[in-house]
Amino acid sequence: MTVASLLDYGFKSIVMPDPNRKIDGVYIGDLLSWVMSSAQCDNVWLTIMSNINVIAVASLVDVSCVILTEGVDLDADVLEQADLKGINVLTTDKTSYESAKVLAELGL
Amino acid sequence: MKELSLNILDVAENSVKAKASLTEISLTECNDTLTLVIKDNGCGMTQEILMGVTDPFYTTRTTRKVGLGIPLLKMSAEMTGGSFKIESVSITDDAVNHGTTVTAVFNKKHIDFTPLGDIVSTVVTLIQGHPDCDFLYKHTANDNEISLDTRELREVLEDVPLDSYEVIKWIEGNLKEQYLQSESI
Repeated sequence: MTVASLLDYGFKSIVMPDPNRKIDGVYIGDLLSWVMSSAQCDNVWLTIMSNINVIAVASLVDVSCVILTEGVDLDADVLEQADLKGINVLTTDKTSYESAKVLAELGL
Repeated sequence: MKELSLNILDVAENSVKAKASLTEISLTECNDTLTLVIKDNGCGMTQEILMGVTDPFYTTRTTRKVGLGIPLLKMSAEMTGGSFKIESVSITDDAVNHGTTVTAVFNKKHIDFTPLGDIVSTVVTLIQGHPDCDFLYKHTANDNEISLDTRELREVLEDVPLDSYEVIKWIEGNLKEQYLQSESI
């Protein structure tokens, strides 16, 4: 499954420099240092955090995309960095739990 | 980081890497604020590099392209409504008075305040990992003060290395004892 295909299930794209990136697994977390050590490469990462450090952690762990839940948006400068570093960022009004349920139904 | 002490460890390691002979870590609690200062006499940074250190994509490491110690400390402080500051004098600008000072102010009453955690382990780990560097640790709250200065230990110990088992155990025990004795920390 690719990041771009998530758009068919109610997730909206904020920035998607690498739409064909393959997804493998899901991680939920808001404490960035914890995510850094626990999330896995190719995961979808669900979080409500949206500062520049999120992009850094996403890049470090090499997640397939970040989904900002509960309607969280990115500031313009953070969006620019995400694009520059090749980090896909999506958003949804759902909570992380509700989003995870959708992803679980997709077999992730 | 779940504990502020882990963040302190991470940032203090930068001081050691900057070849600091002395790294001072001080925690000062006053009313609702906790002020953390990490000050070293290492090689410092040029203003140009200094501008980039709060950017998580800047790092001195070569193994990865992002460095998060400073950005996460800044975020932890600002999340509590506190503040963050980093100042540095590069050895290339001043051959004598060079070094870096990081100051983070936390509002302890804020719900997002990261608990200090196991600071004794942090101090012990720093000394054990870098027995040839000196560390001055100070934690002050109201009228109580906890302190440990490896320069004083070195004078007493003479040739005994700071990372020898007995010395490390003594340092750990001494810090724990100081915390037990102080009523308000």
